[in-house]
Amino acid sequence: MSVDRSTVVRVAHLARIRVAEEEVDKLQGELNSILGFVEQLAELDVSNVEPLTSVVPIAMKKRVDVVTDGGIPDKVTRNAPQAEDDFFVVPKVVE
Amino acid sequence: MTDLTALSLAEARDALKAKTFTATELTDAYLAAMEKARVLNAYVLETPEKAREMAKASDARIAAGTAGALEGLPLGIKDLYCTEGVRTTACSKILDGFVPPYESTVTTNLWADGAVLLGKLNNDEFAMGSSNETSCFGDVVNPWRRKSPDGSIDPTPLVPGGSSGGSSAAVAARLCVGATGTDTGGSIRQPAAFTGTVGIKPTYGRCSRWGIVAFASSLDQAGPFARTVRDTAILLKSMASVDPKDTTSVDLPVPDYEAAVGRSIKGKVIGIPKEYRVDGMPAEIEALWQQGIAWLREAGAEIREISLPHTKYALPAYYIVAPAEASSNLARYDGIRYGLRVPGDDITDTYELTRAAGFGSEVRRRIMIGTYVLSAGYYDAYYVRAQKVRTLIKRDFDIAFQAGVDAVLTPATPSSAFGIGEKSGGDPVEMYLNDIFTVTVNMAGLPGMVVPGGLDAKGLPLGLQLIGRPFEEETLFQVGEVIERAAGRFTPEAWW
Repeated sequence: MSVDRSTVVRVAHLARIRVAEEEVDKLQGELNSILGFVEQLAELDVSNVEPLTSVVPIAMKKRVDVVTDGGIPDKVTRNAPQAEDDFFVVPKVVE
Repeated sequence: MTDLTALSLAEARDALKAKTFTATELTDAYLAAMEKARVLNAYVLETPEKAREMAKASDARIAAGTAGALEGLPLGIKDLYCTEGVRTTACSKILDGFVPPYESTVTTNLWADGAVLLGKLNNDEFAMGSSNETSCFGDVVNPWRRKSPDGSIDPTPLVPGGSSGGSSAAVAARLCVGATGTDTGGSIRQPAAFTGTVGIKPTYGRCSRWGIVAFASSLDQAGPFARTVRDTAILLKSMASVDPKDTTSVDLPVPDYEAAVGRSIKGKVIGIPKEYRVDGMPAEIEALWQQGIAWLREAGAEIREISLPHTKYALPAYYIVAPAEASSNLARYDGIRYGLRVPGDDITDTYELTRAAGFGSEVRRRIMIGTYVLSAGYYDAYYVRAQKVRTLIKRDFDIAFQAGVDAVLTPATPSSAFGIGEKSGGDPVEMYLNDIFTVTVNMAGLPGMVVPGGLDAKGLPLGLQLIGRPFEEETLFQVGEVIERAAGRFTPEAWW
Protein backbone atom coordinates (compact mmCIF):
# COMPACT_ATOMS: atom_id res chain seq x y z
CA MET A 1 0.00 0.00 0.00
CA SER A 2 1.20 3.52 -0.63
CA VAL A 3 -0.15 6.96 0.15
CA ASP A 4 -1.02 9.72 -2.31
CA ARG A 5 -0.73 13.46 -1.76
CA SER A 6 -4.24 13.90 -0.45
CA THR A 7 -3.74 11.10 2.08
CA VAL A 8 -0.57 12.81 3.35
CA VAL A 9 -2.54 16.03 3.84
CA ARG A 10 -5.40 14.18 5.55
CA VAL A 11 -3.07 12.26 7.91
CA ALA A 12 -1.22 15.47 8.79
CA HIS A 13 -4.53 17.05 9.74
CA LEU A 14 -5.56 13.98 11.77
CA ALA A 15 -2.21 14.24 13.58
CA ARG A 16 -2.76 17.99 14.06
CA ILE A 17 0.54 18.89 12.43
CA ARG A 18 0.52 21.74 9.89
CA VAL A 19 2.35 20.68 6.74
CA ALA A 20 3.30 23.32 4.16
CA GLU A 21 2.30 22.62 0.56
CA GLU A 22 5.93 22.36 -0.55
CA GLU A 23 6.68 19.70 2.13
CA VAL A 24 4.01 17.26 0.96
CA ASP A 25 6.03 15.62 -1.83
CA LYS A 26 9.02 14.93 0.41
CA LEU A 27 6.80 13.53 3.18
CA GLN A 28 4.92 11.37 0.69
CA GLY A 29 8.22 9.85 -0.47
CA GLU A 30 9.41 9.19 3.10
CA LEU A 31 6.12 7.69 4.26
CA ASN A 32 5.98 5.44 1.20
CA SER A 33 9.53 4.30 1.81
CA ILE A 34 8.57 3.22 5.36
CA LEU A 35 5.30 1.64 4.20
CA GLY A 36 7.23 -0.20 1.47
CA PHE A 37 9.62 -1.53 4.10
CA VAL A 38 6.85 -2.85 6.38
CA GLU A 39 5.11 -4.45 3.39
CA GLN A 40 7.20 -7.63 3.90
CA LEU A 41 4.97 -8.56 6.85
CA ALA A 42 2.37 -9.57 4.25
CA GLU A 43 4.54 -12.64 3.45
CA LEU A 44 3.62 -14.20 6.79
CA ASP A 45 0.52 -16.27 7.38
CA VAL A 46 -0.86 -14.95 10.66
CA SER A 47 -4.40 -16.28 10.33
CA ASN A 48 -4.17 -18.51 13.44
CA VAL A 49 -2.01 -16.21 15.55
CA GLU A 50 -3.28 -14.11 18.44
CA PRO A 51 -1.98 -10.54 18.60
CA LEU A 52 0.45 -9.93 21.46
CA THR A 53 -1.12 -7.75 24.11
CA SER A 54 1.46 -8.12 26.89
CA VAL A 55 5.05 -9.36 26.81
CA VAL A 56 4.92 -10.41 30.45
CA PRO A 57 2.21 -12.88 31.49
CA ILE A 58 0.80 -10.92 34.40
CA ALA A 59 -2.69 -9.79 35.28
CA MET A 60 -3.23 -6.07 34.82
CA LYS A 61 -2.85 -4.32 38.16
CA LYS A 62 -5.87 -2.43 39.31
CA ARG A 63 -5.94 0.27 41.91
CA VAL A 64 -8.74 1.30 44.21
CA ASP A 65 -10.79 4.08 42.63
CA VAL A 66 -9.94 6.76 45.17
CA VAL A 67 -8.26 10.15 45.05
CA THR A 68 -4.56 9.73 45.87
CA ASP A 69 -3.22 13.11 44.93
CA GLY A 70 -4.40 16.65 44.31
CA GLY A 71 -4.72 20.09 45.79
CA ILE A 72 -1.70 21.31 43.82
CA PRO A 73 -3.17 23.53 41.07
CA ASP A 74 -0.13 25.81 41.18
CA LYS A 75 2.14 22.88 40.33
CA VAL A 76 -0.24 21.65 37.61
CA THR A 77 -0.35 25.01 35.84
CA ARG A 78 3.22 26.12 36.54
CA ASN A 79 4.52 25.07 33.11
CA ALA A 80 1.56 26.40 31.12
CA PRO A 81 2.37 28.81 28.27
CA GLN A 82 -0.53 30.90 29.59
CA ALA A 83 -2.30 30.46 32.94
CA GLU A 84 -4.50 32.62 35.13
CA ASP A 85 -5.84 31.96 38.64
CA ASP A 86 -4.93 28.22 38.43
CA PHE A 87 -6.61 27.84 35.02
CA PHE A 88 -5.08 27.16 31.60
CA VAL A 89 -5.83 30.01 29.21
CA VAL A 90 -6.80 28.73 25.74
CA PRO A 91 -7.96 30.35 22.51
CA LYS A 92 -11.73 30.83 22.33
CA VAL A 93 -13.34 27.43 21.57
CA VAL A 94 -17.10 28.16 21.74
CA GLU A 95 -18.56 31.15 19.92
CA MET B 1 46.29 12.41 43.29
CA THR B 2 45.45 10.14 40.33
CA ASP B 3 42.66 11.18 37.99
CA LEU B 4 39.51 10.30 39.90
CA THR B 5 37.47 10.04 36.69
CA ALA B 6 39.58 7.04 35.63
CA LEU B 7 38.05 4.90 38.38
CA SER B 8 35.17 2.54 37.62
CA LEU B 9 31.96 3.00 39.58
CA ALA B 10 32.77 0.04 41.85
CA GLU B 11 36.29 1.36 42.46
CA ALA B 12 35.00 4.86 43.23
CA ARG B 13 32.36 3.42 45.56
CA ASP B 14 34.91 1.40 47.50
CA ALA B 15 37.34 4.35 47.71
CA LEU B 16 34.59 6.64 49.01
CA LYS B 17 33.73 4.04 51.62
CA ALA B 18 37.41 3.82 52.61
CA LYS B 19 37.51 7.66 52.78
CA THR B 20 40.40 7.78 50.25
CA PHE B 21 38.77 10.93 48.84
CA THR B 22 35.48 12.73 49.35
CA ALA B 23 32.30 12.77 47.25
CA THR B 24 32.89 16.49 46.76
CA GLU B 25 36.36 15.83 45.31
CA LEU B 26 34.97 13.16 42.99
CA THR B 27 32.12 15.41 41.82
CA ASP B 28 34.52 18.31 41.23
CA ALA B 29 36.73 16.05 39.09
CA TYR B 30 33.75 15.17 36.90
CA LEU B 31 32.50 18.78 36.68
CA ALA B 32 35.98 19.80 35.47
CA ALA B 33 36.01 16.97 32.90
CA MET B 34 32.54 18.02 31.63
CA GLU B 35 33.68 21.61 31.21
CA LYS B 36 36.64 20.49 29.09
CA ALA B 37 34.51 18.18 26.92
CA ARG B 38 31.71 20.54 25.83
CA VAL B 39 32.72 20.00 22.20
CA LEU B 40 31.18 16.50 22.50
CA ASN B 41 27.78 18.06 23.32
CA ALA B 42 26.93 15.12 25.60
CA TYR B 43 25.21 17.25 28.25
CA VAL B 44 22.28 19.50 27.37
CA LEU B 45 22.20 20.88 30.92
CA GLU B 46 24.96 20.85 33.51
CA THR B 47 23.83 21.18 37.12
CA PRO B 48 27.08 21.93 39.00
CA GLU B 49 25.46 23.69 41.97
CA LYS B 50 23.02 20.88 42.57
CA ALA B 51 25.83 18.33 42.10
CA ARG B 52 28.02 20.02 44.73
CA GLU B 53 25.10 20.29 47.12
CA MET B 54 24.27 16.58 46.70
CA ALA B 55 27.95 15.61 47.05
CA LYS B 56 28.21 17.62 50.26
CA ALA B 57 25.17 15.81 51.65
CA SER B 58 26.77 12.50 50.62
CA ASP B 59 29.95 13.38 52.50
CA ALA B 60 27.87 14.12 55.59
CA ARG B 61 26.13 10.75 55.30
CA ILE B 62 29.43 8.93 54.77
CA ALA B 63 30.82 10.64 57.90
CA ALA B 64 27.68 9.72 59.86
CA GLY B 65 27.87 6.10 58.72
CA THR B 66 24.52 6.21 56.89
CA ALA B 67 25.81 5.95 53.31
CA GLY B 68 23.57 4.38 50.64
CA ALA B 69 24.53 1.90 47.93
CA LEU B 70 25.46 4.66 45.45
CA GLU B 71 26.58 7.26 47.95
CA GLY B 72 28.49 10.12 46.35
CA LEU B 73 28.62 8.57 42.85
CA PRO B 74 28.12 11.23 40.12
CA LEU B 75 25.72 10.24 37.35
CA GLY B 76 24.40 11.73 34.12
CA ILE B 77 20.68 11.40 33.44
CA LYS B 78 19.15 11.11 29.98
CA ASP B 79 16.93 14.11 29.29
CA LEU B 80 13.93 11.77 28.95
CA TYR B 81 13.78 11.32 32.74
CA CYS B 82 11.74 13.94 34.58
CA THR B 83 13.83 15.54 37.30
CA GLU B 84 12.05 17.76 39.80
CA GLY B 85 13.04 21.41 39.43
CA VAL B 86 15.56 20.57 36.66
CA ARG B 87 14.62 21.28 33.03
CA THR B 88 13.55 18.17 31.11
CA THR B 89 12.83 18.41 27.39
CA ALA B 90 13.31 14.97 25.75
CA CYS B 91 15.53 17.16 23.49
CA SER B 92 12.43 18.48 21.73
CA LYS B 93 11.50 22.10 21.08
CA ILE B 94 7.94 21.24 22.04
CA LEU B 95 9.03 20.78 25.69
CA ASP B 96 10.98 24.03 25.60
CA GLY B 97 11.58 25.22 29.16
CA PHE B 98 9.60 22.42 30.83
CA VAL B 99 10.58 22.09 34.49
CA PRO B 100 8.91 19.01 36.02
CA PRO B 101 7.27 19.46 39.41
CA TYR B 102 7.92 15.73 40.06
CA GLU B 103 10.74 13.18 39.90
CA SER B 104 10.74 9.92 37.89
CA THR B 105 10.67 6.72 39.96
CA VAL B 106 14.03 5.50 38.61
CA THR B 107 15.86 8.73 39.48
CA THR B 108 14.07 8.87 42.84
CA ASN B 109 15.58 5.43 43.54
CA LEU B 110 19.06 6.62 42.49
CA TRP B 111 18.97 9.73 44.71
CA ALA B 112 17.58 7.69 47.62
CA ASP B 113 20.71 5.51 47.34
CA GLY B 114 22.93 8.61 47.49
CA ALA B 115 23.85 9.20 43.82
CA VAL B 116 24.77 12.71 42.62
CA LEU B 117 23.19 14.43 39.58
CA LEU B 118 25.81 15.99 37.26
CA GLY B 119 23.34 17.08 34.59
CA LYS B 120 20.97 16.04 31.81
CA LEU B 121 22.26 14.10 28.82
CA ASN B 122 21.53 14.63 25.16
CA ASN B 123 19.39 12.17 23.19
CA ASP B 124 17.51 11.88 19.93
CA GLU B 125 14.27 13.88 20.08
CA PHE B 126 11.75 11.81 22.07
CA ALA B 127 14.28 8.93 21.77
CA MET B 128 13.52 8.59 18.06
CA GLY B 129 16.79 7.96 16.29
CA SER B 130 19.88 5.77 16.14
CA SER B 131 22.59 8.44 15.87
CA ASN B 132 21.66 11.31 18.22
CA GLU B 133 21.25 13.55 15.15
CA THR B 134 17.58 14.43 15.79
CA SER B 135 18.09 16.30 19.09
CA CYS B 136 16.98 19.94 19.15
CA PHE B 137 20.25 20.62 21.02
CA GLY B 138 22.34 19.35 18.11
CA ASP B 139 24.47 16.28 17.42
CA VAL B 140 26.54 14.46 20.02
CA VAL B 141 30.11 13.65 18.95
CA ASN B 142 31.47 10.18 19.67
CA PRO B 143 34.69 10.37 21.73
CA TRP B 144 36.06 7.63 19.44
CA ARG B 145 37.62 8.58 16.08
CA ARG B 146 38.67 6.45 13.13
CA LYS B 147 42.27 5.50 12.54
CA SER B 148 43.49 5.77 8.94
CA PRO B 149 45.42 2.80 7.47
CA ASP B 150 48.67 4.72 8.05
CA GLY B 151 47.82 4.96 11.74
CA SER B 152 46.98 8.67 11.77
CA ILE B 153 43.72 9.89 13.32
CA ASP B 154 40.88 10.77 10.96
CA PRO B 155 39.18 13.83 12.51
CA THR B 156 35.76 13.09 10.90
CA PRO B 157 33.22 13.36 13.75
CA LEU B 158 31.35 10.10 14.34
CA VAL B 159 27.92 9.50 15.87
CA PRO B 160 27.74 8.00 19.40
CA GLY B 161 24.68 5.91 18.46
CA GLY B 162 21.20 6.70 19.60
CA SER B 163 18.89 7.46 21.03
CA SER B 164 20.90 7.52 24.30
CA GLY B 165 23.91 9.10 22.55
CA GLY B 166 24.66 11.63 25.29
CA SER B 167 24.72 8.79 27.83
CA SER B 168 27.07 6.58 25.80
CA ALA B 169 29.42 9.44 24.89
CA ALA B 170 29.54 10.74 28.48
CA VAL B 171 30.35 7.32 29.94
CA ALA B 172 33.00 6.58 27.29
CA ALA B 173 34.62 10.02 27.70
CA ARG B 174 34.51 9.75 31.52
CA LEU B 175 32.14 12.66 31.97
CA CYS B 176 30.17 10.66 34.57
CA VAL B 177 30.79 7.40 36.39
CA GLY B 178 27.56 5.94 35.00
CA ALA B 179 24.43 7.11 33.20
CA THR B 180 20.80 6.26 32.67
CA GLY B 181 19.35 5.48 29.26
CA THR B 182 16.10 4.23 27.80
CA ASP B 183 15.70 1.52 25.18
CA THR B 184 12.67 1.15 22.89
CA GLY B 185 14.34 -0.57 19.92
CA GLY B 186 18.02 -0.58 20.85
CA SER B 187 18.58 2.90 22.27
CA ILE B 188 20.83 1.66 25.09
CA ARG B 189 22.54 -1.28 23.38
CA GLN B 190 23.40 0.27 19.99
CA PRO B 191 25.05 3.39 21.53
CA ALA B 192 26.90 1.16 24.02
CA ALA B 193 28.27 -0.82 21.06
CA PHE B 194 29.34 2.39 19.24
CA THR B 195 31.28 3.73 22.25
CA GLY B 196 32.85 0.65 23.85
CA THR B 197 30.65 0.93 26.95
CA VAL B 198 28.39 -1.58 28.69
CA GLY B 199 24.61 -1.12 28.52
CA ILE B 200 21.69 -3.26 29.62
CA LYS B 201 18.00 -3.07 28.82
CA PRO B 202 16.29 -5.11 31.52
CA THR B 203 13.12 -7.16 31.07
CA TYR B 204 10.03 -5.10 30.30
CA GLY B 205 8.44 -4.30 33.67
CA ARG B 206 11.68 -4.43 35.70
CA CYS B 207 12.20 -0.64 35.92
CA SER B 208 9.30 1.71 36.43
CA ARG B 209 8.44 3.87 33.43
CA TRP B 210 6.76 6.46 35.68
CA GLY B 211 8.12 9.95 35.06
CA ILE B 212 10.03 8.96 31.91
CA VAL B 213 8.81 10.74 28.78
CA ALA B 214 6.87 8.06 26.87
CA PHE B 215 7.76 7.03 23.31
CA ALA B 216 6.21 3.55 22.74
CA SER B 217 4.83 2.34 26.06
CA SER B 218 4.80 -1.41 25.32
CA LEU B 219 8.49 -1.31 24.35
CA ASP B 220 10.13 1.42 26.49
CA GLN B 221 12.45 0.30 29.30
CA ALA B 222 14.98 2.17 31.42
CA GLY B 223 18.50 0.84 31.93
CA PRO B 224 22.04 1.84 32.87
CA PHE B 225 25.27 2.57 30.98
CA ALA B 226 28.66 2.18 32.63
CA ARG B 227 32.26 1.25 31.90
CA THR B 228 32.10 -2.28 33.31
CA VAL B 229 29.58 -5.10 33.65
CA ARG B 230 29.85 -4.91 37.44
CA ASP B 231 29.06 -1.18 37.35
CA THR B 232 25.87 -1.72 35.34
CA ALA B 233 24.85 -4.46 37.82
CA ILE B 234 25.28 -2.02 40.71
CA LEU B 235 23.24 0.67 38.92
CA LEU B 236 20.42 -1.64 37.83
CA LYS B 237 19.97 -2.91 41.39
CA SER B 238 19.20 0.66 42.39
CA MET B 239 17.13 1.64 39.32
CA ALA B 240 14.84 -1.40 39.37
CA SER B 241 11.89 -1.51 41.75
CA VAL B 242 8.27 -2.48 42.09
CA ASP B 243 6.24 0.67 41.52
CA PRO B 244 2.50 1.02 42.12
CA LYS B 245 2.56 4.10 39.85
CA ASP B 246 3.36 1.97 36.77
CA THR B 247 0.77 -0.76 36.11
CA THR B 248 3.32 -2.67 33.99
CA SER B 249 5.88 -2.72 36.80
CA VAL B 250 6.25 -6.38 37.71
CA ASP B 251 5.84 -7.56 41.27
CA LEU B 252 9.13 -9.40 41.74
CA PRO B 253 11.88 -8.68 44.27
CA VAL B 254 15.03 -7.07 42.82
CA PRO B 255 17.97 -9.50 43.07
CA ASP B 256 21.51 -8.53 44.08
CA TYR B 257 22.82 -8.36 40.51
CA GLU B 258 26.39 -7.64 41.57
CA ALA B 259 26.56 -11.03 43.28
CA ALA B 260 26.17 -12.68 39.86
CA VAL B 261 29.29 -10.96 38.49
CA GLY B 262 32.22 -13.37 38.52
CA ARG B 263 30.16 -16.56 38.88
CA SER B 264 31.24 -19.47 36.67
CA ILE B 265 29.24 -20.09 33.50
CA LYS B 266 30.18 -23.76 33.36
CA GLY B 267 27.29 -25.73 31.87
CA LYS B 268 25.31 -22.66 30.75
CA VAL B 269 23.74 -23.17 27.34
CA ILE B 270 24.40 -20.31 24.92
CA GLY B 271 22.22 -20.14 21.81
CA ILE B 272 23.69 -18.88 18.52
CA PRO B 273 20.90 -17.81 16.18
CA LYS B 274 21.85 -18.34 12.54
CA GLU B 275 19.48 -15.55 11.41
CA TYR B 276 21.57 -12.75 12.94
CA ARG B 277 23.43 -11.93 9.75
CA VAL B 278 22.72 -9.25 7.16
CA ASP B 279 23.98 -8.58 3.64
CA GLY B 280 27.00 -6.34 3.62
CA MET B 281 27.83 -6.99 7.26
CA PRO B 282 31.61 -6.48 7.70
CA ALA B 283 33.61 -9.70 8.09
CA GLU B 284 35.03 -8.25 11.30
CA ILE B 285 31.61 -8.46 12.96
CA GLU B 286 31.21 -12.12 12.02
CA ALA B 287 34.77 -12.73 13.26
CA LEU B 288 34.04 -11.01 16.58
CA TRP B 289 30.92 -13.11 17.00
CA GLN B 290 32.98 -16.30 16.46
CA GLN B 291 35.54 -14.97 18.95
CA GLY B 292 32.76 -14.42 21.49
CA ILE B 293 31.56 -17.98 20.96
CA ALA B 294 35.11 -19.26 21.53
CA TRP B 295 35.49 -17.26 24.75
CA LEU B 296 32.27 -18.66 26.20
CA ARG B 297 33.13 -22.21 25.14
CA GLU B 298 36.55 -21.89 26.82
CA ALA B 299 34.79 -20.73 29.99
CA GLY B 300 32.80 -23.96 30.04
CA ALA B 301 29.54 -22.96 28.35
CA GLU B 302 27.76 -25.28 25.95
CA ILE B 303 27.32 -23.64 22.53
CA ARG B 304 24.20 -24.56 20.62
CA GLU B 305 23.06 -23.36 17.20
CA ILE B 306 19.44 -22.23 17.33
CA SER B 307 16.91 -20.77 14.91
CA LEU B 308 14.83 -17.65 15.50
CA PRO B 309 13.04 -17.75 12.13
CA HIS B 310 10.98 -14.55 12.48
CA THR B 311 13.98 -12.33 13.21
CA LYS B 312 13.81 -10.43 9.91
CA TYR B 313 10.21 -9.42 10.56
CA ALA B 314 10.97 -7.74 13.89
CA LEU B 315 12.13 -4.44 12.42
CA PRO B 316 9.20 -3.93 10.01
CA ALA B 317 6.74 -4.90 12.78
CA TYR B 318 8.49 -2.44 15.09
CA TYR B 319 8.01 0.37 12.56
CA ILE B 320 4.27 -0.15 12.85
CA VAL B 321 3.95 -0.74 16.60
CA ALA B 322 6.36 1.96 17.79
CA PRO B 323 5.02 4.83 15.62
CA ALA B 324 1.43 3.82 16.43
CA GLU B 325 2.08 4.04 20.15
CA ALA B 326 4.14 7.21 19.67
CA SER B 327 1.36 8.94 17.74
CA SER B 328 -0.95 8.24 20.65
CA ASN B 329 1.55 9.16 23.40
CA LEU B 330 2.64 12.38 21.71
CA ALA B 331 -0.94 13.60 21.25
CA ARG B 332 -0.56 15.24 24.66
CA TYR B 333 1.80 17.90 23.26
CA ASP B 334 -0.80 20.41 22.23
CA GLY B 335 0.63 23.73 23.41
CA ILE B 336 -1.99 24.16 26.12
CA ARG B 337 -0.70 22.76 29.40
CA TYR B 338 3.08 22.94 29.09
CA GLY B 339 5.90 23.57 26.65
CA LEU B 340 5.81 25.51 23.42
CA ARG B 341 2.71 27.33 22.12
CA VAL B 342 2.40 28.97 18.73
CA PRO B 343 -0.83 31.00 18.84
CA GLY B 344 -3.26 30.43 15.96
CA ASP B 345 -6.64 31.77 14.89
CA ASP B 346 -8.55 29.11 16.83
CA ILE B 347 -7.80 26.03 18.93
CA THR B 348 -7.16 23.64 16.00
CA ASP B 349 -4.94 26.20 14.33
CA THR B 350 -3.01 26.57 17.60
CA TYR B 351 -2.54 22.79 17.86
CA GLU B 352 -1.38 22.45 14.27
CA LEU B 353 1.04 25.39 14.34
CA THR B 354 2.44 24.39 17.75
CA ARG B 355 3.05 20.79 16.71
CA ALA B 356 4.55 21.79 13.34
CA ALA B 357 7.00 24.15 15.06
CA GLY B 358 7.70 21.92 18.07
CA PHE B 359 8.38 18.52 16.50
CA GLY B 360 11.47 17.80 14.40
CA SER B 361 11.21 15.98 11.08
CA GLU B 362 11.85 12.44 12.38
CA VAL B 363 9.25 12.79 15.12
CA ARG B 364 6.74 14.27 12.68
CA ARG B 365 7.36 11.38 10.28
CA ARG B 366 6.75 8.76 12.96
CA ILE B 367 3.62 10.47 14.30
CA MET B 368 2.23 10.53 10.77
CA ILE B 369 3.06 6.86 10.11
CA GLY B 370 1.44 5.98 13.43
CA THR B 371 -1.63 8.05 12.69
CA TYR B 372 -1.93 6.39 9.28
CA VAL B 373 -1.59 2.78 10.50
CA LEU B 374 -4.16 3.39 13.24
CA SER B 375 -6.63 5.19 10.98
CA ALA B 376 -9.98 3.69 10.02
CA GLY B 377 -9.64 0.90 7.46
CA TYR B 378 -5.91 0.28 8.07
CA TYR B 379 -5.85 -0.77 11.73
CA ASP B 380 -6.25 -4.52 11.05
CA ALA B 381 -3.96 -4.60 8.02
CA TYR B 382 -1.11 -2.89 9.83
CA TYR B 383 -1.38 -2.67 13.60
CA VAL B 384 -3.13 -5.96 14.38
CA ARG B 385 -0.93 -7.82 11.88
CA ALA B 386 2.21 -6.34 13.46
CA GLN B 387 1.06 -7.42 16.93
CA LYS B 388 0.49 -10.95 15.59
CA VAL B 389 4.00 -10.96 14.15
CA ARG B 390 5.17 -9.91 17.59
CA THR B 391 3.60 -13.07 19.01
CA LEU B 392 5.64 -15.11 16.49
CA ILE B 393 8.87 -13.30 17.41
CA LYS B 394 8.29 -13.93 21.10
CA ARG B 395 7.42 -17.58 20.38
CA ASP B 396 10.79 -18.09 18.63
CA PHE B 397 12.55 -17.11 21.86
CA ASP B 398 10.14 -19.09 24.07
CA ILE B 399 10.93 -22.26 22.10
CA ALA B 400 14.69 -21.72 22.44
CA PHE B 401 14.44 -21.06 26.17
CA GLN B 402 12.17 -24.07 26.72
CA ALA B 403 14.77 -26.23 24.98
CA GLY B 404 17.26 -25.22 27.67
CA VAL B 405 19.01 -22.16 26.24
CA ASP B 406 20.11 -19.85 29.08
CA ALA B 407 21.19 -16.89 26.94
CA VAL B 408 21.56 -15.98 23.28
CA LEU B 409 24.75 -14.42 21.86
CA THR B 410 24.55 -12.14 18.79
CA PRO B 411 26.42 -9.21 17.27
CA ALA B 412 25.11 -5.91 18.67
CA THR B 413 25.05 -3.84 15.47
CA PRO B 414 25.63 -4.44 11.75
CA SER B 415 28.48 -1.87 11.69
CA SER B 416 30.73 0.24 13.91
CA ALA B 417 30.02 3.97 14.46
CA PHE B 418 29.44 5.95 11.25
CA GLY B 419 30.09 9.61 10.51
CA ILE B 420 27.74 12.43 11.44
CA GLY B 421 25.58 13.18 8.40
CA GLU B 422 26.49 9.93 6.61
CA LYS B 423 23.08 8.30 7.07
CA SER B 424 20.77 11.09 8.14
CA GLY B 425 20.19 12.74 4.78
CA GLY B 426 18.55 10.05 2.70
CA ASP B 427 16.03 7.25 3.11
CA PRO B 428 14.85 6.96 6.75
CA VAL B 429 14.84 3.15 6.46
CA GLU B 430 18.63 3.07 6.05
CA MET B 431 18.98 4.56 9.55
CA TYR B 432 16.35 2.18 10.96
CA LEU B 433 18.44 -0.84 9.88
CA ASN B 434 20.92 -0.01 12.64
CA ASP B 435 18.56 -1.60 15.15
CA ILE B 436 18.10 -4.84 13.25
CA PHE B 437 19.82 -7.00 15.93
CA THR B 438 18.48 -5.16 18.99
CA VAL B 439 14.81 -4.57 18.16
CA THR B 440 13.74 -8.25 18.52
CA VAL B 441 14.50 -8.02 22.24
CA ASN B 442 12.06 -5.13 22.77
CA MET B 443 9.38 -6.82 20.68
CA ALA B 444 9.62 -9.89 22.97
CA GLY B 445 10.10 -7.87 26.20
CA LEU B 446 13.35 -9.70 27.03
CA PRO B 447 16.49 -8.44 28.81
CA GLY B 448 19.44 -7.60 26.53
CA MET B 449 22.97 -6.48 27.30
CA VAL B 450 25.78 -5.17 25.13
CA VAL B 451 29.39 -5.70 26.15
CA PRO B 452 32.36 -4.39 24.16
CA GLY B 453 34.12 -7.25 22.36
CA GLY B 454 36.96 -5.60 20.45
CA LEU B 455 38.01 -2.94 17.96
CA ASP B 456 37.63 -3.07 14.19
CA ALA B 457 40.36 -2.23 11.66
CA LYS B 458 39.43 1.46 11.96
CA GLY B 459 40.10 1.28 15.69
CA LEU B 460 36.40 1.62 16.57
CA PRO B 461 34.64 -0.45 19.23
CA LEU B 462 32.32 -3.35 18.36
CA GLY B 463 29.87 -4.91 20.79
CA LEU B 464 28.39 -8.32 21.47
CA GLN B 465 24.79 -8.70 22.57
CA LEU B 466 23.47 -11.17 25.14
CA ILE B 467 19.74 -11.86 25.29
CA GLY B 468 18.30 -13.52 28.38
CA ARG B 469 15.17 -15.17 29.68
CA PRO B 470 12.58 -12.84 31.22
CA PHE B 471 13.78 -11.52 34.61
CA GLU B 472 17.04 -13.48 34.41
CA GLU B 473 19.29 -10.43 34.16
CA GLU B 474 21.69 -12.18 36.55
CA THR B 475 22.64 -14.63 33.78
CA LEU B 476 23.51 -11.68 31.51
CA PHE B 477 25.77 -10.12 34.15
CA GLN B 478 27.39 -13.49 34.73
CA VAL B 479 28.03 -14.23 31.02
CA GLY B 480 28.76 -10.59 30.17
CA GLU B 481 31.58 -10.47 32.67
CA VAL B 482 33.19 -13.53 31.05
CA ILE B 483 33.26 -11.68 27.71
CA GLU B 484 34.57 -8.54 29.41
CA ARG B 485 37.35 -10.47 31.11
CA ALA B 486 38.41 -12.05 27.81
CA ALA B 487 38.04 -8.93 25.64
CA GLY B 488 39.39 -6.33 28.04
CA ARG B 489 38.13 -2.77 28.38
CA PHE B 490 38.26 -0.07 25.72
CA THR B 491 38.88 3.62 26.34
CA PRO B 492 39.07 6.35 23.69
CA GLU B 493 42.14 8.54 23.64
CA ALA B 494 41.16 12.01 24.86
CA TRP B 495 41.46 14.60 22.03
CA TRP B 496 38.89 17.11 23.30
